[in-house]
Amino acid sequence: MRAPMTDLPLMLDRVSLSAGATEILDRLSMTIAAGQPTLIVGPNGSGKTSLLRVCMGLVRPTSGVVSWGGRLDAPPVRRAFVFQRPVMLRRSVAANLDYALAHAGVARRQRPPRIAELLARVGLDGLDGRPARRLSGGEQQRLALARALAREPEILLLDEPTASLDPAATRAVEDIVLAAARSGIKVVMASHDLGQVRRLGGDVVFLVRGSLRERNGAIDFLDHPASEDAARFVRGDLVI
Amino acid sequence: MDEANAWQLIATGDPTLFAIVRLSLAVSLAAVALAAVIGLPLGASLALLRFRGRAGLLVALNAMMGLPPVVVGLAIYLLLSRSGPLGGLGLLFTPAAMVIAQTVLIVPIIGALTRQTIEDLACEYRDELAAMSVGPIGRMMTLLWDARFSLLTALLAGFGRAAAEVGAVMIVGGNIDGFTRTMTTAVALETSKGDLPLALGLGLVLLAIVVAINAAVWAVRAVAERLAA
Repeated sequence: MRAPMTDLPLMLDRVSLSAGATEILDRLSMTIAAGQPTLIVGPNGSGKTSLLRVCMGLVRPTSGVVSWGGRLDAPPVRRAFVFQRPVMLRRSVAANLDYALAHAGVARRQRPPRIAELLARVGLDGLDGRPARRLSGGEQQRLALARALAREPEILLLDEPTASLDPAATRAVEDIVLAAARSGIKVVMASHDLGQVRRLGGDVVFLVRGSLRERNGAIDFLDHPASEDAARFVRGDLVI
Repeated sequence: MDEANAWQLIATGDPTLFAIVRLSLAVSLAAVALAAVIGLPLGASLALLRFRGRAGLLVALNAMMGLPPVVVGLAIYLLLSRSGPLGGLGLLFTPAAMVIAQTVLIVPIIGALTRQTIEDLACEYRDELAAMSVGPIGRMMTLLWDARFSLLTALLAGFGRAAAEVGAVMIVGGNIDGFTRTMTTAVALETSKGDLPLALGLGLVLLAIVVAINAAVWAVRAVAERLAA
């Protein structure tokens, strides 16, 4: 059923995105290959969310080319997205997962064991029957992760999933993300938390005003930033 | 005096009164069911699809929420009358004609309220559903299902209008005793005849039914929302 084709490497070639007169992404070229998590880092408004949406295929760039494993029009079958503020369907926790599995093409009778396995994977076992919208912020984010993992993605895109979470909930989300990365899923995650970059980082894509300012290993980026802007960002200065 | 007689009619289960109540409920509930089958997909499509002339259609739909029942009655009358295009069906002055008229009357209400509800929810769900690769039909079904509690209110508004109107059922039903006489047409008739107890009794029953149905839907909503959030 599922195409044997791969979505990796994900390549952007001089991708620009504009909304009216505002340039959101500016001739951005990069390649994302299998391996350690890639963190998209930059100040607020630097285009991290838009970049992720382009990578998912949710928005088409105004100009430039995006390709997944060399294909230009790859439907997002093997990609999944976790939003900063995920929207839960007005249903139970289990029904939310069932929905995601159904739309990932999983047959009805194979879903219950998968639901149980996914809930265990994100530490929500026993909450099957709860209304999803009654979960705490951290629990909702974990359910969003389970829903994304239900698609058995090759690339998992996350848009600052811990931005509004407390440290314990952040830890839970990061553990799930790291486990996913270890299982071979390519994680691409936006963050503006430098501690998180150190904890999760494989490599870093550093954005300023929609253009790629630096691409570096995470530890190098933090300890020996190559660009002036990155150095200021890591120091905690405002980069405008 | 009249009021006491009215209560007596209700308390003793007057068969004439209850036959009228039964018919009224059957006609209005059938109209709501039919209007839901048409209005829910119509509203959802208008919420989700973008096409030329959509704005004009929305204005028309919203305007039709205020359709005068007598005008709808007249239009359906012309359609169904012996010499009308659908005259051969022989539906004029039957409960079926009344169901058709009330359906026409409330499809715009259900459609317009559905459109608003679904459009708001679609805005919230758009990214998430796109990321789960949900197709257009799936998106519509999902939104209709997840908006089910709000849509219940839309159906209720439709029922309220159907059950309360006189003009349309009067014209296409004919207010035939024991056949097409509903609560509202009976109230109008009995009042003009001067049989105020029966008119009052029917009026009270009509009020009670509308209140009871609203209360029931409200309760269902409250419980279900607690369960499904």
